[in-house]
Amino acid sequence: MAGDSIKAGAAAEPHIIVRNLTMAYGSFVVMRDLNFTVRKGDIFIIMGGSGCGKSTLLRHLIGLNEPARGEILYGDFNFTGADPVQRELLLRRFGILYQGGALWSSMTLAENVGLPLGEFTDLTPAQIREIAALKLAFVGLKGFEDYYPSQISGGMQKRAGLARAIALDPEVLFFDEPSAGLDPISSRLLDDLILEMRNSLGATIVVVTHELASIFTIGNNSIFLDADSRTMTASGDPKELLAHCTNPTVHRFLTRGAQEKELGKDGQAS
Amino acid sequence: MTDANPNTQRELLSLERGADSTLTIRLLGKWHLNRALPAAGLVNSELSATPAPRRVAFDASQLGGWDSGLVSFLEGVSELCRTRGIAADRSGLPAGVQRLLALAEAVPEKQGARSGEVRAPFFARVGNATIDYVRAAGEVMAFVGDLSRATVGLVTGRARFRRIDLLENIQNCGANAVGIVTLISFLVGVILAFMGAVQLQQFGAAIYVADLVGIGMLREMGAMMTAIIMSGRTGAAFAAQLGTMKVTQETDALTTMGISPLEFLVLPRVIALVLMMPLLCLYSDFMGILGGAFVGVAMLGLSFTSYMRETIHAISLSNLFIGLVKATVYGGLIAMAGCLRGFQCGNSSSAVGDAATRAVVSSIVLVVIACGVFAFLTNVLGI
Repeated sequence: MAGDSIKAGAAAEPHIIVRNLTMAYGSFVVMRDLNFTVRKGDIFIIMGGSGCGKSTLLRHLIGLNEPARGEILYGDFNFTGADPVQRELLLRRFGILYQGGALWSSMTLAENVGLPLGEFTDLTPAQIREIAALKLAFVGLKGFEDYYPSQISGGMQKRAGLARAIALDPEVLFFDEPSAGLDPISSRLLDDLILEMRNSLGATIVVVTHELASIFTIGNNSIFLDADSRTMTASGDPKELLAHCTNPTVHRFLTRGAQEKELGKDGQAS
Repeated sequence: MTDANPNTQRELLSLERGADSTLTIRLLGKWHLNRALPAAGLVNSELSATPAPRRVAFDASQLGGWDSGLVSFLEGVSELCRTRGIAADRSGLPAGVQRLLALAEAVPEKQGARSGEVRAPFFARVGNATIDYVRAAGEVMAFVGDLSRATVGLVTGRARFRRIDLLENIQNCGANAVGIVTLISFLVGVILAFMGAVQLQQFGAAIYVADLVGIGMLREMGAMMTAIIMSGRTGAAFAAQLGTMKVTQETDALTTMGISPLEFLVLPRVIALVLMMPLLCLYSDFMGILGGAFVGVAMLGLSFTSYMRETIHAISLSNLFIGLVKATVYGGLIAMAGCLRGFQCGNSSSAVGDAATRAVVSSIVLVVIACGVFAFLTNVLGI
């Protein structure tokens, strides 16, 4: 089921191109000189230690933060500094799953999924509800249409968030820490869903995660952000990185620090 | 069970200077966090004595029990030894303690991780505060500008929000506020009547309490009291709602979907409050007059009919309209302050609380300033 052999239609066509990107909050530089390309149909992993700027990079890719330097291109379209109207049109072709699901708490699941449909299509309310129910069924939430986000569990909220993200059949799907806070089985189910989305919708997928199991199961391309040097120190297929990467930080990350000596764990006193 | 007796502290520890300039720290009894434990400083005087010891050793043979209190003490002693270049021999410590100390020292302190507690000089602080104010003013301007544009969009039918949100907000800040408005306005009417009655009774002009309460409620107090209730009730709620939505990334989810949070979240709230404030104010005026009448009938011996007749005689439509216009303006100010503070909210649950507090403070300040402006304008215009 590992999806490295399956590539959607136009394999090597670049979809997202990041050039010399520097991200900063005020004068504090988070990451500098990021250069990478995400091809169409890739499942692209942004990995790195906690707090190194993975989510910040994601926020830049979807236009919530502006780059301090450099640019982001979607195909031929220069996203950085583009006209707001053009940008909004592009944003509609994205689906984004936020860390906590970010469902609108005053709306039911069906309304959450249906909102983008109602805003950007000419469907009738009945059709919208039908499609919303279908998208919820995709993520295993059939019958939960009229629940409010507060009435379902965290894992279900994430899946409902995914249903909302795929409401408009997006070309690019972004996932921010999809498995954070989920048990191993739920997180595995979510991985399967991500693979399914790529294979069936042909979407390009960008995932921010530090979950090793997910990285190797779903990723076929990746970059590693290093907190100390404040830039990317590796890129490529995570499985190949594991086999060949010589950078000690990357290797330690991908092997859960296996080469580091074990510290004593029995420090409990009586 | 806390025991701050210094004798106990000394009982836990004895220092012994050996012949070969070795300082032996003997640990005695039970070292537990819930007792008063000695600080590493106790050893300091012995370490800095001349001639300085060249080696520190530990003797834990009489140690009764320990937890991280002991480890913290030993870490402090090790730190002192390091700065003085004294060797610390830990072999006399229990194995668990040695491992915990190794764990604490495994990762060296990150350079710059300790935030510098340097207090900026006075002028730098004044300068920074000024820059912050200017930036905040810019944010307010941008918010008001965006909101104006969204309102124009609303008029031309391009603004996007759900009708159900508007209705829910109308219910929340209209119908649901009636109870508290009733109570406060009635009491304010009573208070006004009392204040007037004390003075007016001296002249035998108690009936003019009706004039005082009627005009006072209509022109000033109705709008003002409603505004203060709504600042605390609705302004704070708006800030908390939008702040929470920001923390949970719900506003981000709207933005990246190409839906403006300003249209979708702020417009229905502002519209609801602007629509409901004059209605609540009208109701508050009425309740205030009833409160005055209650005092008039119960305390001043006036009949209800004569009180009402005097009220009708005293008040004019212009009084009523001035109050209603004020209430509408106050409503806009409160809703905008609440929503702006919500959007400025930081990324934590305590920031949501701060946002709610700031919303209430801002809206009450704005309402009072607006009240002053109205007083000046009505005076200049002679109405």
